[in-house]
Amino acid sequence: MKVKAKYLKTYQNFHVKIGMEVDGQVQSDPESEEDEEEEETIQRPCSREAIKSSGQEKNQQTKEVDESEEEDEIFRRKRLTRKTNRRVKNSEEELERLKEQVEEKKKLISTMRNKPWRMAKKLTVLREAQAFVEKFEGALGKGKGKKFYAYKVMMAKKWVKFKRDFDNFKTQCIPWEMKIKEVESHFGSSVASYFIFLRWMYGVNLVLFGLIFGLVIIPEVLMGMPYGSMPRKTVPRAEQATAMDFSVLWDFEGYIKYSALFYGYYNNQRTIGWLKYRLPMAYFMVGISVFGYSLVVVIRTMARNANESTGDGDDNDFIFSWKMFTSWDYLIGNPETADNKFASITTSFKESIVDEQESNKDENIHLRRFLRVLANVLIICCLCGSGYLIYFVVKRSQTFSKMQNIGWYERNEVEIVMSLLGMFCPPLFETIAALENYHPRIGLKWQLGRIFALFLGNLYTFLLALMDDVNEKLTEEDVIKNITHWTLLNYYNSSAVNNSTFSPPPIDPADVPRGPCWETTVGIEFVRLTVSDILVTYITILVGDFLRACFVRFMNYCWCWDLEAGFPSYAEFDISGNVLGLIFNQGMIWMGSFYAPGLVGINVLRLLTSMYFQCWAVMSSNVPHERVFKASKSNNFYMGLLLLILFLSLLPVAYTIMSLPPSFDCGPFSGKKKMSDVIQETIELDFPAFVAKIFSYVANPGLIIPAILLMVLAIYYLNAVAEAYQHANAELKKKMQVQREEEKNKRNNKATTNLATQDLEDFLTPSAKSGDTKSDSTNKNSPGAKEGSMAKNSNAACPGRGATMVPPPHVTITQPPRQSIKASSPGQARSGTSPQGLRPGTRKGQPCN
Amino acid sequence: MGGSASSVPPDLLGEYQELTFLTKQEILIAHKRFSELVPKEERDQILSARVPKDKVVTLPELRANPFQHRICRVFSTAEDGDDSLSFEDFLDMLSVFSDAATSEIKSHYAFRIFDFDDDGTLDRKDLENLVNCLTGDADGTRLSTSEMDQLIQNILEESDIDKDGTINLSEFQHVISRSPDFASSFKIVL
Repeated sequence: MKVKAKYLKTYQNFHVKIGMEVDGQVQSDPESEEDEEEEETIQRPCSREAIKSSGQEKNQQTKEVDESEEEDEIFRRKRLTRKTNRRVKNSEEELERLKEQVEEKKKLISTMRNKPWRMAKKLTVLREAQAFVEKFEGALGKGKGKKFYAYKVMMAKKWVKFKRDFDNFKTQCIPWEMKIKEVESHFGSSVASYFIFLRWMYGVNLVLFGLIFGLVIIPEVLMGMPYGSMPRKTVPRAEQATAMDFSVLWDFEGYIKYSALFYGYYNNQRTIGWLKYRLPMAYFMVGISVFGYSLVVVIRTMARNANESTGDGDDNDFIFSWKMFTSWDYLIGNPETADNKFASITTSFKESIVDEQESNKDENIHLRRFLRVLANVLIICCLCGSGYLIYFVVKRSQTFSKMQNIGWYERNEVEIVMSLLGMFCPPLFETIAALENYHPRIGLKWQLGRIFALFLGNLYTFLLALMDDVNEKLTEEDVIKNITHWTLLNYYNSSAVNNSTFSPPPIDPADVPRGPCWETTVGIEFVRLTVSDILVTYITILVGDFLRACFVRFMNYCWCWDLEAGFPSYAEFDISGNVLGLIFNQGMIWMGSFYAPGLVGINVLRLLTSMYFQCWAVMSSNVPHERVFKASKSNNFYMGLLLLILFLSLLPVAYTIMSLPPSFDCGPFSGKKKMSDVIQETIELDFPAFVAKIFSYVANPGLIIPAILLMVLAIYYLNAVAEAYQHANAELKKKMQVQREEEKNKRNNKATTNLATQDLEDFLTPSAKSGDTKSDSTNKNSPGAKEGSMAKNSNAACPGRGATMVPPPHVTITQPPRQSIKASSPGQARSGTSPQGLRPGTRKGQPCN
Repeated sequence: MGGSASSVPPDLLGEYQELTFLTKQEILIAHKRFSELVPKEERDQILSARVPKDKVVTLPELRANPFQHRICRVFSTAEDGDDSLSFEDFLDMLSVFSDAATSEIKSHYAFRIFDFDDDGTLDRKDLENLVNCLTGDADGTRLSTSEMDQLIQNILEESDIDKDGTINLSEFQHVISRSPDFASSFKIVL
């Protein structure tokens, strides 16, 4: 038997050599080498099978070997003659071929990491390939082209190196990699996904901060009018006494209110400094580009996520297999988490088995329906209640703001109420959701949707109440505007009457009566909301997680029941709640950044600290989730929420920009009818006349309406195309399913047919049998081996009668072993590679090992 | 990197970068971690040193992994079958488990890891072993025999396309390639 195997081996090597010489010419082809390895691994079963074949076959084989040797000889001779020819001609053809080979080698080098080889083998192959490229690359190109070619090659090499170095640099620049990895190893990929999201958010905010800080705040501070030079940049006389008190500063009043952090500080001077920097224009454009950039980034990330998830998740074909093969999270490095994971995998196995057994069993559908309706009614009541509460509180705060001497609670009532609602409503929802008895995954979606609705409702009620406030301020402003005018007029008039020769001493900016500046008020409102949100989050973590963990850990020694396993236990890390909190915070930043340019700076600080703080809190006082969810699918869900929030926060800002009149005495747009007038002004004054003309044409409704129509049509068309693709996809899927079913049926039929008749069939028409039978038996002989090499193996090892006439095509040898799924469908891939009438002695239903 | 004599030579480092899905930093970290596993006297020839299996499985990344022994077996190049890892084996392993690796190579190695008896196919015995690995050793989490049978039956019904009672590599890869979260969880990061 051994002898036979050896014999087979040499035979194969012959073929390998032939293949090499035909196409590799100079050196061994790595792909055929790989095949060799594959062959070795599956040599055993196949050779055993070969033993079974008759001795006659052996003779045939020897014949064939002889033949192939002859062929080999012929090849060699041919090559020799060709070589001499080449030496004489040195034709272009050869160069081309060499070039091709070099390209091939290069491709091999770049794809080598994809091969499942050992490192030692990869190293040798790589070195060989590199030496080959090195050797022949220089020889390519001739005459004038040679230098250029060499230069090109060199640049390509440099470029590759540069790219690699740049990649290395990039990965070095990613912050907190180790921190996140540590969390990942303790809690699995889902908790880590929150931190990755946080990091992403930090990056986005850093860019926004750079935009606002670099293009708005710094120019105004450096080149604008200094502090105290004009009314909008000075604290009014009445407030000056307390402007530096901490309690005042804490409320973002006093000096902070009149600083570059808020809208009101900016001057409406068209150009500032020696650079002639157009600040109002810059302010406007930055405000818009904050939204533009965020939109682009969010959508790009979403698209990339969608691209990455290649598998169609709703495919129900492989529920069990996926649970089996993909449910372990290899990142888990903590035994405790691993135990949780074991438990959750077991329950999911059991659940799915039960589901499979009794999929359509529902004991009391009416009761369940009633409970679900009841739960939804309760939750809608909660939402309405919280909305009304916020409206009520904001209204109340407006009356408070008119009163003097109000306490700390009255001043911060809105923020406190909103934070408390955000803290207590989600657990309430969860309790109510227990009524519904959904599957946890669906339950989580519902819960997220409800929390989202709560936050959104609260935010919009807050905005509506704020709008009321703004409208009130606008009417108030009209009155003050007149007063200011009169004061200034009277002042100058009186001084003009008294002393006509001197220009009057300018009125002190602190004394000028001024309007309420609603933009700054809105900005302050947002900043306060953000800050209180930060504080509440941190305090919740500190009390709810850390103190609880301390209590459980240390009081456990002297308590009547087991605290760790029993009632309080440790807190779990609430991924969805944290992500939603982050998303809403970001919505507030987007809305507020137009009125308070400093808000983004605060947010950057917040994200930075919360990265460290939450990492610490998670590691020190949280336990892994009971049910460890995977993060991959929910990523785009969160991104979708973020996009929605971005859109919703764009609306109020766009509304104020386009339709509300800006305050007359503060901010970069003071004195204009609308904030957007700044664009028109710039175009008229700074651009040549024809640009203004073009702009007016473009802004013409006659052009805009067709443009919108066109876009709508484009959307419609793309939608239709996408639908068609989806349809085609579904169709293909159906086809595959049908094919699979057919296969199944075929197998089942075959299994039931009488063995004896099969034998008869085999005996009578050995060559008429299609690839199906062959594949069947090959599969049984050496199952698990790669199909391609397997088919070839059976070629090489066990050639049948027909094989003598048909030498195995060389394709089979150099064919890469990486067979796609198609190859597993029998009768398709194999029929081309295996000769007809293979192994007449073996029977279908009978494995030959 | 500590600047000791035991750092990776630069040309080899380049080749490793070419041949694995790892970046330079990752290779250096791997080198550092590996050298911590090697006994002191062998530190100066790390590239030829081998770390025995029971040391490798003490790595925090592998400690809780139920497939630790299989992983060592699959990636080991030791001739005597003691599943010890050389530095290059270690790199091979990290490359397959890295973020950048394609799901094709990941699934290839996943198959080999799940193939407990190394016969090139997943049969009932392998699947049983796999389920036991996934459900842990605790009594409460083990599946009963009937559940196990049911489960394996279901899996074979789903994935065993050619109905030979076992799952071969291409069938396995077919199943895995449709899975949405295989590539994101088949990861080990140092």
